[in-house]
Amino acid sequence: MKKDEIPQDLSALGKITKEVCYATDNSGKYTTELSSGWGVKIDALDVAWGDIEKRIAAAKQKVLNKEASPIYFFMEYRLMDLSILADYTGFWKWQIKRHLKPDVFSKLSDKKLQKYAEAFNTTIEDLKNMTVHED
Amino acid sequence: MKIEFEHRQAAHCESGVTSNLLRVNSNGKITEPLAFGIGAGLFFAHIPFIKINNGPAIAFRTLPGHIFNRTCKSLGIPVIRKKFFSKEKAELFLQECLDNGKPVGCQVGVYYLPYFPKEYRFHFNAHNLIVYGHEDNKFLISDPIMENPTTLGHYELERVRFAKGALAPKGHIYFPKTTTEITDDQIRLAIKKGIKKNVYNMLSIPGSFAGVSGIKNTGIKIKKWRDKLGLEKAGLYLAQLVRMQEEIGTGGGGFRYIYGAFLQEADVYLPGNQLADISGIFTKAGDMWRTSAVHAAGIFKGRLGSQQDFDTMGDYLIEIAEVEKKAFETLKKIKW
Repeated sequence: MKKDEIPQDLSALGKITKEVCYATDNSGKYTTELSSGWGVKIDALDVAWGDIEKRIAAAKQKVLNKEASPIYFFMEYRLMDLSILADYTGFWKWQIKRHLKPDVFSKLSDKKLQKYAEAFNTTIEDLKNMTVHED
Repeated sequence: MKIEFEHRQAAHCESGVTSNLLRVNSNGKITEPLAFGIGAGLFFAHIPFIKINNGPAIAFRTLPGHIFNRTCKSLGIPVIRKKFFSKEKAELFLQECLDNGKPVGCQVGVYYLPYFPKEYRFHFNAHNLIVYGHEDNKFLISDPIMENPTTLGHYELERVRFAKGALAPKGHIYFPKTTTEITDDQIRLAIKKGIKKNVYNMLSIPGSFAGVSGIKNTGIKIKKWRDKLGLEKAGLYLAQLVRMQEEIGTGGGGFRYIYGAFLQEADVYLPGNQLADISGIFTKAGDMWRTSAVHAAGIFKGRLGSQQDFDTMGDYLIEIAEVEKKAFETLKKIKW
């Protein structure tokens, strides 16, 4: 890539920091230059988040239909799979699978709920109600 | 307390941290590209059967931790690295290092890293930063991908040092043990070692998931994605490929440009080996990767989508594999 061809499309990162790119100058010598982003990357990230938003919405509906517990919603919201959540909470995966059932969830102790709340960076109250705050 | 330390921005976190931690030892001679090349950072791997964020597990760089380790080892610098079970002990050790005037490298997860924009927060646990002091109950942080130094509170730092999931950092902390000076002869030797290791990684790893054969194999797979996954999911997979290739920390073109810069710098230390010419091939490879990314964007944005478009996409990778194969074979043939 030539130094003067480095794209400068403003990305979400670009608002906070520019990133270093390596490119060649007119004599072919490598140098660094700051970039505020590239449209292709912005699109790729948008596509990824579009899919995540869809998953979150589907999870929410499933919880509202009483087909899953709010843990399922927060897993999608926090981009966690079973193994990540197991690592954060200290529960086994099979335990979490049980807790994903609404009936089992409604009987969980506050102590267990607190572990989930901490992993999801939320409160027990918000966990139960599927309330999220921008952070 | 604050340690004498100059924050310098880099393209990639680990090679940036390595270069910055070695600044005193090397008098600034170990630049980011040198650290990346000596650490044999360039790679390609597409791990089958594993999914990351519901997409393919593709990497353009070597395993986390290897760049720092290899660079120090090749330069003959002893390294201290520790992981912890206890969060308290991890912080205590960090404080001790800072009290002794040592800036330290830390591996962290980015999901709960507060200064990262939300859009970039995934459960990615192989980010690296430097802690260089403690002031007003906050740690002073030099994150190489950021333009400016920043700070993290105790809980904030603990949380990212003990992020969970794949490649969990477990409080991983590392730094060069001594501040002995690095000589030019050591650098020359280290460059040769780094290139040899990278040649091996790209040409000789058995199986077809890694190195240039991995690139070719992914190209072949991409041609089947449309039928196998459906247009929408295939688009998501391509978007993931592009993100791994271009997102923060690659310096552009899936690290191929940083490697090109490395070979140019290496040529100054080891003239007469055509390293500068071979650097040009990596520049070309980086350009090809970016051209393929533009084509991929056409697919995941919905402008393109026929089987022929997927074939073209796959062919880009097959062609890149050929170019990189030639480049590494030329490197392999050098009689040092």
